[in-house]
Amino acid sequence: MSSTLDFARDTFKINPRYRLQWEDAQQCHVLLYPEGLVKLSGTAAEILGRCQQPTRAAELIAALQREYPAADTLADDVMEFLTHARQQEWIKRTED
Amino acid sequence: MTVKPPADKVSIPERALVPLWLLAELTYACPLQCPYCSNPLELPRSRSSELTTEQWLDVMQQARKLGAVQLGFSGGEPLVRPDVELLVQEGSKMGFYCNLITSALGLTTERITAFKNAGLNHLQISFQGSDQETNARFGGSDSFVHKLAMTKEVIRQGIPLGLNFVLHRHNIHQVADFLALADSLGAEFVELANTQYYAWAMHNREQLLPSRQQLQDAEAATNKFRDTSGSRMKVFFVAPDYYDDRPKKCSNGWGTTFITVTPDGDVLPCQSARIIPGLEFPNIHTQTLRDIWLDSKLFQRFRGTAWMQEPCASCPEKHIDLGGCRCQAFMLTGDAASTDPVCSLSPLHHVVTEITDAANAQTAPLPSAQSSTPARPLLFRNTGNSRKLSAKKETSTS
Ligand code: SF4
Ligand code: SF4
Repeated sequence: MSSTLDFARDTFKINPRYRLQWEDAQQCHVLLYPEGLVKLSGTAAEILGRCQQPTRAAELIAALQREYPAADTLADDVMEFLTHARQQEWIKRTED
Repeated sequence: MTVKPPADKVSIPERALVPLWLLAELTYACPLQCPYCSNPLELPRSRSSELTTEQWLDVMQQARKLGAVQLGFSGGEPLVRPDVELLVQEGSKMGFYCNLITSALGLTTERITAFKNAGLNHLQISFQGSDQETNARFGGSDSFVHKLAMTKEVIRQGIPLGLNFVLHRHNIHQVADFLALADSLGAEFVELANTQYYAWAMHNREQLLPSRQQLQDAEAATNKFRDTSGSRMKVFFVAPDYYDDRPKKCSNGWGTTFITVTPDGDVLPCQSARIIPGLEFPNIHTQTLRDIWLDSKLFQRFRGTAWMQEPCASCPEKHIDLGGCRCQAFMLTGDAASTDPVCSLSPLHHVVTEITDAANAQTAPLPSAQSSTPARPLLFRNTGNSRKLSAKKETSTS
């Protein structure tokens, strides 16, 4: 499908149907959407937090790597999460 | 309104006792008269007992403190109230994800803009049919053209939108048409929600329940659309549980996830709980939401599994479905603590199969012969019919 988000090329951000926020009662970040919510791990929230504004996979990884220079599997981990997020439609191509 | 989100779409909280959802039924007033409406059969005669704006804001604040994150505004038709925009705005500021569940009657371009500015996260428009005639016949009002216009406008203004098409025996053959219509309007999410048999729908069940064949055809049409249309639109199909052999985990578990507040401030674990006899219904005028949620007899009555009778009590699946829906158990067996008879393990399961057998035996109306006269006419949801029903009830019980 032409609309599939291509991480090598496209900019993307959080799907407008979703809202990311910290929840005191749950003591974690959650992603809210019309039918419910997903609880996020700290890492997932950190990555999605950086998708509030349009970004690209490479930029995102670079920024996180600067922050966590010792994390040597960071690029793979981020890509794995982004692939999951794309499949769940938590993130969307910005042209869409 | 039909707003019971199917349980499988709600993720279960690990830490118990956080009411994630607040459903605010702002009013029972509605310009439509859907014969499957989930509002009570006894509709109030006037709107004078409705909570005020300030009272709603207080309820919302209390729910937010308990950890609620999802807020649904429904009714009746919530747009009948002029303060919905304000409630959405304040709800958004409190940190709620705000959903508006509407028939689109009362929606205007200006109000859509106001909702957008207020931070509305999601808007759901319900359709009663895929064409003007069916829509008017089942909504009891000619609103089709307006619904189409408002759907387009909501999309144009960029508020995430879902369309809800309520299915029953007389419109379920329109699934393919409705999907094509929704797609042409540019909708991204569609829910094909079979009528759930509560309240008005329960009263009209004989006329509304589709046959198994109709249901299978509708699912096939849905799958065909998914496979062949090339559309990006997401389609959820919600089947009526009468045809299943395991019941639905109602409201994600009684008193675990949902709080419904009725127009007059009663606080309920599910929208239809007031039909169950022998329960006391706490009200926001006399108790805090926190006390009601944590300590009221009502919310504790069917929480967890301790209340169960056999066969549920010793069933290995009891944590999966929690014995099904308490209201359905009451309506079909007369005992709210019994196994939901949708379950094939229920000793009263035949009650359900007799109902579905009857539905299967009825000849489904063809699209062109919708005016086939059922034995008992559909009773449309309006205050006149509501009064007639309660008059009947009084004479039969006195
Ligand atoms: S009459 Fe129809 S539109 Fe009005 S509240 Fe009931 S189901 Fe919803
Ligand atoms: S017997 Fe009760 S707990 Fe077991 S599957 Fe049936 S409804 Fe669920």
